[in-house]
Amino acid sequence: MSAATALSASEAARQIEAGSLSASELFDEYRDRAAADSSGAFLHVAERPLQGATAGPLAGVPLAVKDLFCVEGVPSTAGSRILEGYRPPYTATVVARLAEAGAPMLGKTNMDEFAMGSSNENSGYGPVTNPWDRERVPGGSSGGSAAAVAGGLAPWAIGTDTGGSIRQPAALCGLVGMKPTYGAVSRYGMIAFASSLDQAGPITRDVADAALLLSHMVGRDHCDSTSLGLPEPVRAPSAERLDGLRFGVSPELAGGGLEGVEPGVAEVLQATLRTIEELGGAVEEVHLPHSGHGLSAYYVLAPAEASANLSRYDGVRYGLRRGGADLRSMYEDTRSAGFGPEVKRRIMLGTYSLASGYYDAYYGRAQRVRTLIAEDFRRAFDQVDFIVTPTSPTVAFRLGERTADPLAMYLSDYFTVPMSLAGVPAISLPAGLSEGLPVGVQLAGPAFSENAILDAAHALEGALGFEGGPWRG
Amino acid sequence: MIDRDEVMHVARLARLELSSEEVERMAGELSHVLEHVERIGELDLEGAPPTSHVVPLENVLREDVPRPSLSRERALESAPESADGGFGVPSPGA
Repeated sequence: MSAATALSASEAARQIEAGSLSASELFDEYRDRAAADSSGAFLHVAERPLQGATAGPLAGVPLAVKDLFCVEGVPSTAGSRILEGYRPPYTATVVARLAEAGAPMLGKTNMDEFAMGSSNENSGYGPVTNPWDRERVPGGSSGGSAAAVAGGLAPWAIGTDTGGSIRQPAALCGLVGMKPTYGAVSRYGMIAFASSLDQAGPITRDVADAALLLSHMVGRDHCDSTSLGLPEPVRAPSAERLDGLRFGVSPELAGGGLEGVEPGVAEVLQATLRTIEELGGAVEEVHLPHSGHGLSAYYVLAPAEASANLSRYDGVRYGLRRGGADLRSMYEDTRSAGFGPEVKRRIMLGTYSLASGYYDAYYGRAQRVRTLIAEDFRRAFDQVDFIVTPTSPTVAFRLGERTADPLAMYLSDYFTVPMSLAGVPAISLPAGLSEGLPVGVQLAGPAFSENAILDAAHALEGALGFEGGPWRG
Repeated sequence: MIDRDEVMHVARLARLELSSEEVERMAGELSHVLEHVERIGELDLEGAPPTSHVVPLENVLREDVPRPSLSRERALESAPESADGGFGVPSPGA
């Protein structure tokens, strides 16, 4: 591996600005690596930087983009066969912002179809392997983005997170991944899964890169009326201590509510809590009494929203069309041929829970549970600055290990879903190894606390000294 | 729990055509997931309003100024079929 592809994105940007590294050579090197890759991480690799976006604060450091983001004239499929060959007539706001800031798109990364999955095995275009162990999954749904960054095929990437789809693959690939406060980043041009939960965020090799990328993603957008931006700019994190900060560990989220947290994961969490204390932070118990029900509420709400959002794939305006004897059979043939099994399952689940007779028992109840979970977090953040959990109950699992049991796959999201339901920001950072595979720890904070989370993560990162990413060669 | 007839009813609502094998598998899988999900039935939800938005927002307005939008030609470019400047579809009544 060359020296340039082993650099963090921030360091590459510094070297380009200092004149010791060429932006076009860096792009070409990553492009060649991405084009030659056989891990399935990319669905499309750009020939050259689009829009000539190599000037600006990001200095031309190329960016891998999850295939959920529409890019004008570039194949954008969301990992689904129903959008095979689709080239959108417009570009997602966040991709346009990053291009303007000097991060040209390197390519589009593989993902679970319509972001539904935790292993990337639900892609309509084949699985992705984890650079740490090619027999294991990279996590999902932003699995291609995480595998690309960890495998040295891209210096950094953007993903999207609905119930953990940035944080979990970042954890399984030994990377930093951040889901911002709901509304911090525009959703315009993101192919919708569950609109009240979807957020874009960075997947990077370190915390400084995450802050730098995020700083150019956030902002209000007149094309997304739920976008708010952040009250202050995202700063470069510099903290090295955690003095005076309080970190909450919730018994409801620390394994008490879930069997199946691997002992190796629990050990890394305990070691991280000790490191927090060594850095001057206080660790205390905090209660999130309804969080144990997060997964249940999520698997009603997200499929319900998805069933409505995915009704647009009907063979009329774009994408696949099948059949055609009459309108109804055209709809049914198109959707039955174009959607994969997990997407069909979630559409069915969502349609069921919204159907007359079931609405109150499922969707209505889940929306109330969501309120209780959000209130739990608000109360907890009166007591502590952050909540700490493992990001995933397990390290990267083997390809095929969980495909037969949808519910077992859903349990991957146990620790990440409550923050999504509450709309609060959370970061996953690599904190250690178990069985030679990376373990991520999640730090969540109150809405709009991105800078505080990034600072705390930076201090922890320095003290934990996690090394050994495959991109280092 | 959800039986074959319910699966077929929901599939019709969702405009999905499932093979009989898919119906069988879906009935089992959905029942398994719903069993887990139904744990929220244990909670006391008295006084908890449904969430409409996680971050308080009201009346997001912008200036009502005309801006360029997608042209008809651009919008039709990706369509499997277009006719007379619109999207072409099979007859609903056929």
